[in-house]
Amino acid sequence: MKISGAEGLIKSLICEGVDTVFGYPGGQIIAVYDKLYDYQKEIKHILVRHEQGAIHAAQGYARSTGKVGVVIVTSGPGAANVVTGLGDALMDSTPLVVITGQVASAFLGTDAFQETDVVAITQQLTKWAVQIRRPEDIPSMVARAFYIASSGRPGPVVLDIAKDAQAGFAEWSHRSCNFIRSYNPHPEIPVSDITEIADMLNNAERPMILAGHGVTIANAEQTLMCVAEKGNIPVATTLLGRSNLPFNHPMHKGMLGMHGNLGPNIATNKADVILAVGMRFDDRITGDVKQYAPDAKIIHVDIDPSELNKIVHAYKAIHGDAGQLLTALLPLMKHRDRDEWLKLFKKCEEIEHREVIDPELHPNKQKMNMGEVISIVSEHAPENSICVTDVGQNQMFAARYFGCRSHRAFISSGGLGTMGFGLPAAIGAKIGAPRREVILFVGDGGLQMTIQELGTIMAYDVNVKIVLLNNSFLGNVRQWQELFFQGRYSQTEMTNPDFVRLASAYGIAGENVTVREELEGAINRMFDHKGAYLLNISIDADDMIFPMVPAGGSINTIILNPTTKLSL
Amino acid sequence: MDSEKELFTVSVFSENTVGLLSQVALIYTRRCINIESISASTCSIPGVIKWTITSIATRHAMEKVVLQIEKCIEVLKAFLYTDDEIVYQEVALYKVDTSLLMDEPHLEEIIRNHNARILDINRDFTVIEKTGHYSETTALFEELKRYNLRQFVRSGRVTITKSEREFVSEYIEKQNQRKNGSQQG
Ligand SMILES: Cc1ncc(C[n+]2csc(CCOP(=O)(O)OP(=O)(O)O)c2C)c(N)n1
Repeated sequence: MKISGAEGLIKSLICEGVDTVFGYPGGQIIAVYDKLYDYQKEIKHILVRHEQGAIHAAQGYARSTGKVGVVIVTSGPGAANVVTGLGDALMDSTPLVVITGQVASAFLGTDAFQETDVVAITQQLTKWAVQIRRPEDIPSMVARAFYIASSGRPGPVVLDIAKDAQAGFAEWSHRSCNFIRSYNPHPEIPVSDITEIADMLNNAERPMILAGHGVTIANAEQTLMCVAEKGNIPVATTLLGRSNLPFNHPMHKGMLGMHGNLGPNIATNKADVILAVGMRFDDRITGDVKQYAPDAKIIHVDIDPSELNKIVHAYKAIHGDAGQLLTALLPLMKHRDRDEWLKLFKKCEEIEHREVIDPELHPNKQKMNMGEVISIVSEHAPENSICVTDVGQNQMFAARYFGCRSHRAFISSGGLGTMGFGLPAAIGAKIGAPRREVILFVGDGGLQMTIQELGTIMAYDVNVKIVLLNNSFLGNVRQWQELFFQGRYSQTEMTNPDFVRLASAYGIAGENVTVREELEGAINRMFDHKGAYLLNISIDADDMIFPMVPAGGSINTIILNPTTKLSL
Repeated sequence: MDSEKELFTVSVFSENTVGLLSQVALIYTRRCINIESISASTCSIPGVIKWTITSIATRHAMEKVVLQIEKCIEVLKAFLYTDDEIVYQEVALYKVDTSLLMDEPHLEEIIRNHNARILDINRDFTVIEKTGHYSETTALFEELKRYNLRQFVRSGRVTITKSEREFVSEYIEKQNQRKNGSQQG
């Protein structure tokens, strides 16, 4: 029996295991929405308030579940509004299938109403983008889209479906895709490489593992922990890899990069062997590449071969999956005493506590710091909480001071650093993981970039805990202005609305916290409340995120606080 | 890292799909590398298109370009070559007035010396064809310039590797094994 392309699309989505989609209707996708009406039992559609919200929510969903996030939007403006999210998902290896309506194929290229060349616009921001013009092509293209989005290095895929392909009728049958001749997402790591890596690590005096998002994506956190424990090798995590090990695991030495912990950054430049797994040496991690890890033989393992030798030269560049590598390494790991080496981390921790962490957590001033707030929220949060952040100081403080203790527990916009990511991503994360507490840390700037999604929270009763770290400034930019532009705060001061009243207009509970004495009680009320909650916390605008390696600087230029540069 | 710029040839083997050209072109654009010549054609493997792209850049930059090209889903393989690793040719066409051919005794000699040939001739004009390396087709161009050359055009490069092994066929062979494996398992 022939069915419409729109119905075929929905049936194919169901075959690919989709039960939730995020979207916004419009003229060129209306046939699909009409069919969604018939399949409400099978597919839950979350109507967001702006298409950017849809794609960030789908990213949050994908990252909390490991499943492919699905977005449905109309042509032209609808499609254009998801572009930021595509770039974000591509950088952060997030599996998405984004379906955009398109004008009927006869109108293509005529500047028809709401026509934009979606494939051309999105080609550089997707793993794969394709236009579908015939209903009979829909099932096979959907199958390919899911295979490409979820395999290898995951990423976003766009299916741009012409109106006549949605409306036209064709025979439908769906077969999942697990092979494309020109694409190999399952590289084998040769056994000889595994034994060589194991030998290098076992024989190293000062080894270190840099564990990135690839470990999370491969669901290999547990294996990473076993490798680190068995080999007695310290682990440092990247921003997106923050939940690869519990924050308080003795082998987890903290975060790498510009605002990372002292130990991991300093140790990188002293290590003799570095195993970098599922990470890509972002410039926010390396600083000046010429001075990065000068003494180390770097073993770089990544599923994306174009990442190998892209930024740093690897002594051994291995094209392969993080999980496969760690699993194969585990039986070969040998314990070795490395007291001297591990003492370095201890020493760094002491300095960092004295110079950075203690003053941040226990300031003797009236105004509150971001770090102290996050750290208290963290102490009260259930063990399996998911921490979602926006971008800016709130993000870096959350990465440093929220203690992740479970799988896929840290969701943040890493590669693109998209303000406005946080609120919709938290919504998607919660919808994907309804049993886990989802806590959003967000700044007053970033919250207002996608604040309309409070409407989505209201409509679907999404229980996210919003911790607004309100310094009435675009804090992160202000910090740079403070440190590098003589305190000239050009266009960074914000005139803000009454956020609690705004939330309350959406039926969302909340309260203002202006003094430290109210903080703990408010946090308790937030967690006790059944449903979304907004804490609007007044933060000292002078609070700055440290340590800081200035952009392009080397580890030797770490700033510990406004008055202290690190001297080693 | 060697920062010397030199001429590189990239061979790309891809499926025959719409939109791949712009994707590959953007990889060059993003790095501000100019494409000197480009050609595409079918090759000995059914359904596979072979493209040959030349550009002048550092090896370091080109190695990244090749990996980015390979990352395109529909690309099977991409390879980077310098001139000593390949056999390559270009075709050039030259249009001159037929009357000149009659009047200028040297013209015929030039064509002969350059191993060129006459492709088409009529009362008004004559089309000469020369196959060879860039320098050779340029040399003929320089000589014909003196004879009121009406048009000159040169194709992109086509190449054959000097290697013993056929890496693309091996890749497809391996992929087919994977396919059979994944369908049984
Ligand atoms: C969409 C977007 N625009 C601009 C920026 C640049 N930017 C990075 S951090 C930041 C300030 C963020 O301020 P706020 O949201 O208040 O958070 P805070 O740093 O104060 O925690 C800005 C403007 C960005 N990352 N994303």
